[in-house]
Amino acid sequence: MTRNASTSATDASVAPPLAVLHAVRKTYGAQRALDGVDLRLARGQLLALLGPNGAGKSTAIALLLGLIRAEAGTVELFGADPQTLAPRRRIGVMLQNGALPDTLRVGELLRMTANYYPRPRALAECADLAGIGDVLQRPYGKLSGGQQRRVQFALALCGRPEMLFLDEPTVGMDIAARERLWATLRALLGEGCAILLTTHYLEEAEALADCVVVLARGRVLAAGSVEELRACSAGTRIRCRSALGVDTLRAWPGVQSCECAAGVLTLSVREPEPVLRRLLAEDATLSALEVRRAGLSEAFTELTREAA
Amino acid sequence: MNAVEAMPWPRLARIYAMDAGYEFLRVLRTPGAALPMLVFPGMFYLLFGVVFAGRNAQQAVYVLGSMAAFGVMSPGLFGFGIGVAVDRERGLLMLKRALPVPPAAYLLAKMVMALLFALLIFVILALLAVVLGGVRLAPLQWLGLLGAMGLGVLPFCAIGLLIGSRASAQAAPALANLIYLPMSFLSGLWVPMNAMPHLLQQIAPLWPAWYLGELSLRAVGMARAPAWPPIAALLLFTAVFFALAVRRLRRSG
Repeated sequence: MTRNASTSATDASVAPPLAVLHAVRKTYGAQRALDGVDLRLARGQLLALLGPNGAGKSTAIALLLGLIRAEAGTVELFGADPQTLAPRRRIGVMLQNGALPDTLRVGELLRMTANYYPRPRALAECADLAGIGDVLQRPYGKLSGGQQRRVQFALALCGRPEMLFLDEPTVGMDIAARERLWATLRALLGEGCAILLTTHYLEEAEALADCVVVLARGRVLAAGSVEELRACSAGTRIRCRSALGVDTLRAWPGVQSCECAAGVLTLSVREPEPVLRRLLAEDATLSALEVRRAGLSEAFTELTREAA
Repeated sequence: MNAVEAMPWPRLARIYAMDAGYEFLRVLRTPGAALPMLVFPGMFYLLFGVVFAGRNAQQAVYVLGSMAAFGVMSPGLFGFGIGVAVDRERGLLMLKRALPVPPAAYLLAKMVMALLFALLIFVILALLAVVLGGVRLAPLQWLGLLGAMGLGVLPFCAIGLLIGSRASAQAAPALANLIYLPMSFLSGLWVPMNAMPHLLQQIAPLWPAWYLGELSLRAVGMARAPAWPPIAALLLFTAVFFALAVRRLRRSG
């Protein structure tokens, strides 16, 4: 586990990155929104940007979209300034609260947005990819929250983008719609599209991301693959009922922590196998054994707790 | 994936045209917001230019000039003021800035709508004036009035844009009205300027609507002063308010 931005996962690609933030600083009044942040995203890569509210995720996206300017550092989109039009013709965007005109029909919104791009996707194809074929004739304002989110996804796809910005795309979607969006994203990644995703659902990052960057208070806390990030949490949790005492277990090599609640022991261990062998050997009455690898969510909680 | 070529101008023109078309659809589908802009100038013309004027042919012409000015203030003030405030607050403006939309397409679409409204108001007023007011103007005078109205739309689009760039969606209608009604009164569009208190006559050149009134009254033959000072003033107001609004929008999105 490395706790800086230049990890194997982020600079693995040889091709020039599509999007770059380098040593970027941005302040709002007295508040540092971003303080020396590095990000880079290559073709066919999905980078998940995680962090508690106010960590600077939206600021990072706003910089890459050219909505705001950085005070210091480099911001590049396809090697150009994102405030110019040319690089933005190669991206698709789904913002967190980009409300669309209520009175326009879904098909009209798609036609209007596709018209901004040099080589747009066919309308039927967008509708199919986003699963909105049945609502094309309906006014946007009459759709449910989940349907509106899918329409916004269709708009993000309609320009045949080489890179997608998705700011919490699955908020308000039901499980089926979410899985469908995930499948579409995997297909797009396979075609070489790069995706920058922010999400509060860690399982979403776990399911899709090649690379995860955790932000807190405007700094990069950790960056790496999902595997690498998981490893920074105490590797594995073992739970069981045992006659062995908490203090005894704490003294064992390989045990990082041990708690006892309602008669159930919870051990955090880096390598589960040696500890398990010894547990079973020393306590023949051991019961209710449960072994689980720490997920991204444990890692995330630990990382952001340390930062707070 | 090779580099994207620059867009040829017919494709850009299509972006402008389609955005304006959909802006038209948006307005058409919310008639509640648009109708008062078309109805009020005509209604006031009927009242002051036809009913109260009686056999006074001069008044029928004078009210045509002042109501033309009053009428073209609203599409800019309300169309831009409320429209931009709502789009800004709901995040549409930010989305448009993230998308590869030429920055002027959004503003131009709204401006074309305001000009279209000015044309409709002109047609309504002209019909009422000719049929019920007995007004007869030379073709060039009608054309001059239409030109004054078209030009007069612009500074109020810029003022509306400034309102929309600062006010919340809730405050924007109130703010637009707060500018609309007092300014049209202070500019002599309700009571002729020479019947107003001396102080109000002296400060009249502060108001964009006063220049617009001068221009439209001149077009219908009710004023003799040269046309270029009000034209220059209206263009200047447009430039200043537009620059202020754009600066604000650039900063906040």
